Amino acid sequence: MLWVDLDRLGSLWDPWREFELMRRASARTADLQEAEFPAVNIWTSADNAVLTTEIPGIDPGSLDISVVGDTVTLRGSREPETLKEGETYHRRERWYGKFGKTIRLPFPIQSDKVEARFSKGVLVVNLPRAEADKPKKIAIKSE
Amino acid sequence: MAENVQEIKKSEARAPEKGERTRERRVYTPAVDIIERKDDIIVIADMPGVDESSLDITLEKSLLTINSRVEARIPEHHRLSLSEYGVGDYQRAFTLTDEVDRGRIQASVKNGVLTLTLPKAEAVKTRKITVKAEA
Repeated sequence: MLWVDLDRLGSLWDPWREFELMRRASARTADLQEAEFPAVNIWTSADNAVLTTEIPGIDPGSLDISVVGDTVTLRGSREPETLKEGETYHRRERWYGKFGKTIRLPFPIQSDKVEARFSKGVLVVNLPRAEADKPKKIAIKSE
Repeated sequence: MAENVQEIKKSEARAPEKGERTRERRVYTPAVDIIERKDDIIVIADMPGVDESSLDITLEKSLLTINSRVEARIPEHHRLSLSEYGVGDYQRAFTLTDEVDRGRIQASVKNGVLTLTLPKAEAVKTRKITVKAEA
């Protein structure tokens, strides 16, 4: 495959750009449905990825994060305010309902080392690269 | 997938009329729900990244302004690979009518959601008039 060759070029190869192009090309047929919500930001380094998303007002206990291979799935929901009799909305702009989103990362994830923190309405998930997937450094013995 | 969820995008606030900010940063308009109840009006605003120390709520004459600074956290030695949302300050202002009892306005913030309680002034509370049946 082409990427094997490109990989040898090292830093010139951007897995994210490649991934994005592939995702766009296969968006219609992909079995992983890309949801708009929630919007996520992903920060990556060679051996780690950090996913952040803004989901204010969610009960962290009801949030479901699952990691399989190189994909992360977020699921959760937010209930609308329950109005009693005589109470009326003047404005209603906030979202509510169920959401689910699957994001694919450029490398497999060490699922037992995933950490998630939820504070001030912002979810931060730390996703380390799987040990087995990390590049091995080979020591050269000199005789 | 995303049932009932409307398309949500953070909307950037327009430049405030009373001068611009000195620091170059994005400003967003928080989405709000406003609910009128029997004795008060509740304003609920989604402001992820905000806590009680970064929030600034002022009431000047009839203008209630919600302002909040949000510091973007950048993980060390990482670079941004996928960016679907921006991080910035929040600003929104509402004009209150006289029916709000200004002295008893309350605000609380939890999980990035601000809840403002604006109690109605005594004069405008709906009173139920009971009709007595004559004996």
